[in-house]
Amino acid sequence: MPFDATLDAFVEALADPSAPPPAQTRGREGRPDARRFAVYRNNVAVGLIASVEMRYPVTRRLVGDDFFRGLARAYVAGNKPRSPVLIHWGADFPCFIEAFEPAREIPYLADVARLENAWVEAYHAAEATPLGLAELATVDPERLGELRLAFHPAVRLLGELRLAFHPAVRLLRLAHPAASIWAAHQGVSEPRPPVHWRPEDALIARPHADVDVRILPPRGYQFAAALLSGASLAEAAAPLAAEGVDPGPHLVGLIEAGAVTNIR
Amino acid sequence: MPSPNHPRVAAQLPNRAGVGLKPEHIDTILADRPDVGFFEIHAENYMGDGGPPHRRLEAIRSLYPVSLHGVGLSIGSPRPLDKAHLARLAALAKRYEPGLFSEHLAWSSHDLGFLDDLLPLPYTEETLACVCAHIEETQEALGRRMLLENPSTYVLFAESAIPETEFLAEIARRTGCGLLLDVNNVEVSATNHGFDPLAYLEAFPLEHVGEIHLAGYAEAEDDAGHRLLIDAHDSPVRPGVWALYEKVISRIGVQPTLVEWDNDVPEWPVLHAEARRAERHAAKAAAADRVGAFGHAV
Repeated sequence: MPFDATLDAFVEALADPSAPPPAQTRGREGRPDARRFAVYRNNVAVGLIASVEMRYPVTRRLVGDDFFRGLARAYVAGNKPRSPVLIHWGADFPCFIEAFEPAREIPYLADVARLENAWVEAYHAAEATPLGLAELATVDPERLGELRLAFHPAVRLLGELRLAFHPAVRLLRLAHPAASIWAAHQGVSEPRPPVHWRPEDALIARPHADVDVRILPPRGYQFAAALLSGASLAEAAAPLAAEGVDPGPHLVGLIEAGAVTNIR
Repeated sequence: MPSPNHPRVAAQLPNRAGVGLKPEHIDTILADRPDVGFFEIHAENYMGDGGPPHRRLEAIRSLYPVSLHGVGLSIGSPRPLDKAHLARLAALAKRYEPGLFSEHLAWSSHDLGFLDDLLPLPYTEETLACVCAHIEETQEALGRRMLLENPSTYVLFAESAIPETEFLAEIARRTGCGLLLDVNNVEVSATNHGFDPLAYLEAFPLEHVGEIHLAGYAEAEDDAGHRLLIDAHDSPVRPGVWALYEKVISRIGVQPTLVEWDNDVPEWPVLHAEARRAERHAAKAAAADRVGAFGHAV
């Protein structure tokens, strides 16, 4: 049998647990052997399931090992990686959870998984040096104290500036208090349920070696998302200013979180 | 964080034992700086852009030689190699200056995607030509000679016409690549297919070996009730594998030797002890009289 056809048959049998072992494989008795072939089928499933488990530890803890394994097994069956770089695989698992009928009873599960995926992406993102608040002063020393006024149309220069973000930065709009739930599951102690059951916006950054997750204050997401999509400070601040909200603390908050690498 | 210009120890692997680098051990290793010959990394785990994995690997590399072991190139597939993956491997090799680079006589990607396992191939003139072309392409992309590892297998193929040892010897002859001899894989395949591991080693082109792998296996049974060993990397090296290892060392001298323990990873002292044990076995074998044919002193 040509090489390609042999592997086609092998892969077909790997994908279908009810299929007999490929006809051209041989065990010690000189014929196909189901248990032998099952080792390969099992290795493929177990290896990929382990990758999903590693990427989503809190999601797993929330539903328990058995339920999670079933969830991951169903995901793996229909979503093989396109690349051997598994640290980049599994980003659409939260969407899969949302559509997975048995997980519907835990409506916040997909949001926690979204946060975990963002955490892993931030963990592997490229290096960059975050801008410090002190460096902000060197960017524009005489105006730092006027941050509050910086968005006044008269202060055109600062308002025209745009921020460069650290490659690790991820912004998440969560319909459930998933960031609080995630944070409560970071230690070994018994997690407590969130104090307030409400939507949360999260900023994920990696200012230095460690990934940092912050819950954004009201309007923080709006401001940061605008800047992240390339808006100038004035453009991002305008909706806040229109509501009488001072955008200054939001800017300082982004810089303190290590999310910003440059202002220009 | 060590800068990329941080002075490093030499790249070349010593003829000593090393272990697979596990994230859970890195803090201990960096704090205690244990006496270990080298660390081996799975290339695909370091293909992110940056962050803690690279920071920690830079720190390890400044203190120890490193070997780069690929598990996803799918050299034994009839499909073209993934050019982007080759470029990622070349970038890692350039960045970390590993003492050697190795991959497997196996395939792992097909139309369905990446299957995350080292899958077997038939040994024919057609597959031989294909594997050789892939190895030449890999050596070209990385600008260095690679080592190819003998597989552990659970099934054979009806169309296989070339013995595995001859297949490996011919690959080495045609491409100039070296070989990574996984002694546990020899024990696993010998048990699974009912051949004599010493006869396999007798036929193995030992002159091309540049590294040895050791690991633990799991046990099962096939449909006919034959003992089936599974290359699980989840336990200590077994006595039979130590015995084969000593035979190999007594034949070709001490080699860089890796203890692989990738699942149910033990605490650092247990893994470190296994590496020291490998060095004791190697020293014992090297001190004994060189033997000619396996098992027969000359």
